[in-house]
Amino acid sequence: MTALLEVKDLKVRVEEREILHGLSLTVNPGEVHAIMGPNGSGKSTLSHVIAGKPGYEVTGGEILFRGEDLLEMSPDERAAKGVFLAFQYPVEIPGVATMNFLHVALNAQRKARGESQLTTPEFLKKAYAAAASLNIPRDMLKRGVNVGFSGGEKKRNEILQMALFEPAVCILDEMDSGLDIDALRVAADGVNALRSQGRAMVVITHYQRLLNYIVPDFVHVMSKGRVVKSGGKELALELEASGYAQFEDAA
Amino acid sequence: MAAVQETVDRVRQIDVDQYRYGFETLIESDKAPKGLSEDTVRFISAKKNEPAWMLEWRLEAYRRWLTMTEPQWARVNYPKIDYQDLYYYSAPKPKKTIGSLDEIDPDILKTYEKLGIPLREVEVLEGVVRPEGQRKIAVDAVFDSVSVATTFQKELKQAGVIFMPISEAIREHPELVKKYLGTVVPTSDNYFATLNSAVFSDGSFVYVPPGVRCPMELSTYFRINERNTGQFERTLIIADKGSYVSYLEGCTAPQRDENQLHAAVVELVTHDDAEIKYSTVQNWYPGNSEGKGGIYNFVTKRGDCRGNNSKISWTQVETGSAITWKYPSCILRGDNSRGEFYSIAISNGHQQVDSGTKMIHLGKNTTSRIISKGIAAGVSQNTYRGLVTAHRKATGARNFTACDSLLIGDKCGAHTVPYVEAKNSSALFEHEATTSKISEDVLFYCVQRGLSQEEAVGLVVNGFVKDVLQQLPMEFAVEAQKLISISLEGSVG
Ligand SMILES: Nc1ncnc2c1ncn2[C@@H]1O[C@H](COP(=O)(O)OP(=O)(O)OP(=O)(O)O)[C@@H](O)[C@H]1O
Ligand SMILES: [Mg+2]
Repeated sequence: MTALLEVKDLKVRVEEREILHGLSLTVNPGEVHAIMGPNGSGKSTLSHVIAGKPGYEVTGGEILFRGEDLLEMSPDERAAKGVFLAFQYPVEIPGVATMNFLHVALNAQRKARGESQLTTPEFLKKAYAAAASLNIPRDMLKRGVNVGFSGGEKKRNEILQMALFEPAVCILDEMDSGLDIDALRVAADGVNALRSQGRAMVVITHYQRLLNYIVPDFVHVMSKGRVVKSGGKELALELEASGYAQFEDAA
Repeated sequence: MAAVQETVDRVRQIDVDQYRYGFETLIESDKAPKGLSEDTVRFISAKKNEPAWMLEWRLEAYRRWLTMTEPQWARVNYPKIDYQDLYYYSAPKPKKTIGSLDEIDPDILKTYEKLGIPLREVEVLEGVVRPEGQRKIAVDAVFDSVSVATTFQKELKQAGVIFMPISEAIREHPELVKKYLGTVVPTSDNYFATLNSAVFSDGSFVYVPPGVRCPMELSTYFRINERNTGQFERTLIIADKGSYVSYLEGCTAPQRDENQLHAAVVELVTHDDAEIKYSTVQNWYPGNSEGKGGIYNFVTKRGDCRGNNSKISWTQVETGSAITWKYPSCILRGDNSRGEFYSIAISNGHQQVDSGTKMIHLGKNTTSRIISKGIAAGVSQNTYRGLVTAHRKATGARNFTACDSLLIGDKCGAHTVPYVEAKNSSALFEHEATTSKISEDVLFYCVQRGLSQEEAVGLVVNGFVKDVLQQLPMEFAVEAQKLISISLEGSVG
């Protein structure tokens, strides 16, 4: 079986400084991986490099997506192939209605895959259904992308996009930060609803609590740009009890 | 940082080399001899069969022009223009009196078809979804120096609206033309306006009688085709008491290595309770990516809210021209009159834009609103220059100005030059200005969702200018939106 996503000995520099020092991670279809680790350990950097954000220099290793060289692809190609990143800090796009943005983006992906374009009515039907299941009011969709959205609303908007685009690999960067208990449950339910045989998730979080809702198959601990320990879901509980100190030396 | 550089590089290889309206139409033309003299002025006047008073008016302007010098204050640079090296009149040949569209040279019709402009009496612009209510658009098309077709004449006539080439109006409605021509922009106003007064060859004339709401959008398309030809069109629009008209002009030109001069004058007059909405989508050839060629666009546009409770609204989408020098203004003479200026000015490649408005508050309780959105990319320079004044009697004058600039890359410049002058202590003027760079994080967010880099830039910019786009008539908002994306397009892959 080819892995969905394979990160091999990845070395990444930002502005002359190496941030990832040989990181490896293999994600198979259907799996949910949690990545935990202290602030600044490189979790967001990893997610950005997978998604193709400019400004990062890959100095070693490779990333394969279904066996293909992901680093050779432009970020929009990666999106169309099914790489989705729910951002830790979603940006605001003033003047661009959320609904319009979602429609344009979905059609851009479909076009790249050689699929038909969704007409407005077709799209609206899909979008309203997805929004309803995430408790997102229609009014919110008329506003500029994330403009004036609360922290929780921004995160829900990310999950909404994930639901609409139906990606193969979902990387969720701290989707739980800024969510209250109820919102967390709704968002986690949204994520769980998308769990499937063919789809994999990489959930980046600081808190074990999220993993009570989205139960992972694997937990990885990152420290100083490397994966220093991997295990099952019980590893998260262990971390919660004893903190990251025990891994500092390993790194 | 690498990320910024990438966008800069992409945007630098801009669309100016892919100008989509850059084709040339090969037709014979009838030209005035090269250069400018009293004879040129007489030649043009004779070609148009003008009455003696019109010739005199032109000659006076010409003599005045000889005593003037080209203005230097704008933030634009260009080599000296040799006014003797231009043609001041060019008409497509063979030229007989045109009774119907079928008599127009088919090559010219084809040109307008290529431009997507409906000279045939079709109801809406090609490819644009028609809103409810079956709106129609009447079109006047000016090819080089002459007007080649005006559509929907009959229906307009029924409503009492006069919409015709100004050359025709001079012959058919001399009393109206005499009464208004040069009363908003005097022949002595500025170097380019004076030049225009001497040599203007055609343009549109509109008169809307009292109480009439013009039954359709009026529209003029200007096209420069000939080489070395200046285009000097003259537009005069009068909205009589309680009337309303919405007018749109669009402009394109072929791609040429040499620069071409365009010096138009537009005068608007509104009487009591009347309103004129004037929209421009300007897409003259901007020059290539090395800055060669392109139109010099030196335009004087001014509206006079002559009556009480009258309103003039300018909306402009400026994406073309090598140099733009343009300040559509409002004289708020009538009490409670209102002036509006909504502008999107995009500069890319080597384009230079110096544009803005003047709001001159003379009457009581006059209000004005200025929303300007400047977008600079490539190595272009984009300046907003605005003047808001309240005169002694302008009690209760109000202005709100918001100027936002967006920079794409770090080799371009945006500048805001606002002048404010209140001689009445009750005047209230508010001014807001922002300058920001297009955000790498926002662009990345968009491409992560599947948009290409170009689509992302187009989307973000369209969001930035949304407030102004909303002011355009529906049909043209869609066009303008596309144009904005096109004019900022980088090279694909
Ligand atoms: N553009 C950049 N320029 C300089 N340093 C950067 C840049 N981006 C990331 N870094 C550095 O890389 C390191 C890893 O950052 P990253 O955001 O990946 O950490 P993280 O694990 O996601 O942290 P957190 O848990 O706080 O979100 C940090 O030391 C950070 O300062
Ligand atoms: Mg992070």
